[in-house]
Amino acid sequence: MFTSVDDVTARLAATGYLASPAVATAVFLADRLGKPLLVEGPAGVGKTELAKAVARVAEARLVRLQCYEGVDESRALYEWNHAKQLLRISAGRDESWDEARTDIFSEEFLLPRPLLTAIRGDEPTVLLIDETDKADIEVEGLLLEVLSDFQITVPELGTITATRRPFVVLTSNAGRELSEALRRRCLFLHIGFPEEELERRIVRQKVPELSEALTASVVRVVGALRAMDLRKVPSVAETVDWAHTLLALGADTLDEDVVRASLGVLLKHQDDILKAGAKLDLDAV
Amino acid sequence: MTASTDGMTVPADDVAARLTGFVAALRAHGLRVGTGETVDAAQAVAALGLADRDLLRAGLAATLLHTEGQRRVFDPVFDLYFPSRIGAPTVEAPADREDLRERLALALAADDAALLGRLAAEAVDGFGGYGSSPGSDGWSSYQALDRIRPQTLFARVRDDVRARSGGSGFADRLLDDEIRRRIETFRGQVATEARRRVAERRGRDEIARRAVAPSADRVDFLFAGRDRLAELRRSVQPLARKLATRLAARRRRAARGTIDLRRTLRGSLSTGGVPMRPVLRRRRPVRPELVLLCDVSGSVSGFSDFTMLLVQALHEQFSKVRVFAFVNRVDEVTGLLVRGAADPEGLSARIRAEATLTGWHGSSDYGVALGEFAERYEAAVGPRTTVFVLGDGRTNMSDPNLAAVRRIGERARRLYWLNPEPRAQWGTGDSAAAAYAELVEMHECRNVRQLEALVGRLLPV
Repeated sequence: MFTSVDDVTARLAATGYLASPAVATAVFLADRLGKPLLVEGPAGVGKTELAKAVARVAEARLVRLQCYEGVDESRALYEWNHAKQLLRISAGRDESWDEARTDIFSEEFLLPRPLLTAIRGDEPTVLLIDETDKADIEVEGLLLEVLSDFQITVPELGTITATRRPFVVLTSNAGRELSEALRRRCLFLHIGFPEEELERRIVRQKVPELSEALTASVVRVVGALRAMDLRKVPSVAETVDWAHTLLALGADTLDEDVVRASLGVLLKHQDDILKAGAKLDLDAV
Repeated sequence: MTASTDGMTVPADDVAARLTGFVAALRAHGLRVGTGETVDAAQAVAALGLADRDLLRAGLAATLLHTEGQRRVFDPVFDLYFPSRIGAPTVEAPADREDLRERLALALAADDAALLGRLAAEAVDGFGGYGSSPGSDGWSSYQALDRIRPQTLFARVRDDVRARSGGSGFADRLLDDEIRRRIETFRGQVATEARRRVAERRGRDEIARRAVAPSADRVDFLFAGRDRLAELRRSVQPLARKLATRLAARRRRAARGTIDLRRTLRGSLSTGGVPMRPVLRRRRPVRPELVLLCDVSGSVSGFSDFTMLLVQALHEQFSKVRVFAFVNRVDEVTGLLVRGAADPEGLSARIRAEATLTGWHGSSDYGVALGEFAERYEAAVGPRTTVFVLGDGRTNMSDPNLAAVRRIGERARRLYWLNPEPRAQWGTGDSAAAAYAELVEMHECRNVRQLEALVGRLLPV
């Protein structure tokens, strides 16, 4: 899919995703080695966005499995269409048992769920398994066969193997430790907060109307906030939100009043706002 | 090894050997790296080439690491095995201290990371060497930093930046912190460079074993520095989540209970005495109580703080958590801790300021403190209470007051003692740990890894 790391960076940038060298390298290797990519990092740094960007670059369809507590086999892999099976049985009344049995367990009555969908297609596919840490530990076991061999075993049909390997991205917020077995099958990428220069470029791209000087100040203040010991430090998404807010407020430069009025966009806890206010010498917040 | 070369041109055999040596060094630091990952890493090297060191670093990290925490071990080891250059840096003139400081100030003002890296190399080369042989017997980052004193450049750099940017604007009030961070980064670069030069001289494998700091969950509580403790405090919440899941699982298993023979037999009368349906003994869902008794004197306060925060984070799992702190007197600090969850950094300072922990003198006295606890707070301990004592048992030669410990142990459901000292040191010097260990179930608890295992196992369900 990609020829070099620079190629990854350039093509992702063309779709609007500015990748750090580490991100680009991991994507390149995941493609080259044919392994799933496990992406961890704080909320709002663009983990899910990365998968979407790769799909856009590769002109692939994006199959998404959103994990939640209680997601199970029938939601992730496949399910038999019972209603249709019953219809089929009552439609063919005079059939022998053997005929009916072999018929109702055929592909026609299989409802593919995201994992099976991603494996079965012939077109290029990006499979996004989002928030893997939210799923129960049993689901991880399910994923193992899919991720290491790109195949799914349906007892009634046999093993379905991918004709074309999907590009797999798993994301996790580290709400729960993922099992060692799962990690072992993946390339690991931690997306942290971007460097100042990269973040400036991201803000410039998302909010091009904001002046260059103000963008630089915005990124500097956010960087300082991240260095503080806060309950929830602002993420890239919040930086962009803040830039939008400043634009809406019509601010040309950062000053005390503007920051005080808009700090709530960046920080989501009252304790944090007070603490940051004290550190930034805002008189009263 | 003499010429300075950027970029690495090495034969394939050497790369494979270098890679396996690198992996072995990672394993020696407790990272679990399988053969499969090593093969992946080799493929990554083949795909990426050796020309760009940052790509190589990112590629190896992607294939070899499993969690972000391992990065702390990975990066220094990587710097040793894949150095950015070999030998001394190419400097035209021998470095002059004032000249170097001058250039360093400019680089700090401009925030030029690449230039700072080169200056770090120069600093080690010019001022870090010690010994008498022509090159040098060794390299010391401490010595280099002591001569260059980058921290004294602070005011100059600030004036420089101010002069350049015009010195107004809101973001300028962040300047101080930013410059401090840049200087800190430079110090780190000097340390890395010194380690690399030493490694060249003494063999990489040995340095990789000794000179790389362990990952956070293996740091000894007693020797953890300030930044390490801060890092540990940040890991409290994730760890608490993990332990809560584990406790819940244990509770589920325990709730299933054993067979109630009497009710099973009575139920079997309707089926002619054949026990068709076993009746399980139902457990009353009583959440246990927890009492923490913490030594917060200087030597072990890092350990106590961390454990207090961890237990506080787990408080939902228990019907009641009470925390007591002592040095040579006991006081309850449960209230402080609840409010302290928002500001863990100032916790120990506040405990010391607001609670009465010391009497006539400032050193810890377990005997008096435990005696006072047994007397004043007897009501806190009951048959549903599990008591944890945290401390090293160093009681400064005074009476250990074993009777008080016995009394607490008799009243409580369970009594445990977590000791941050290595087992071999129990009972040495002024430590009464050995005597206490005969009465109480005492566990060695030197780092987060051990604490995690102990808490997961010992906490009542």
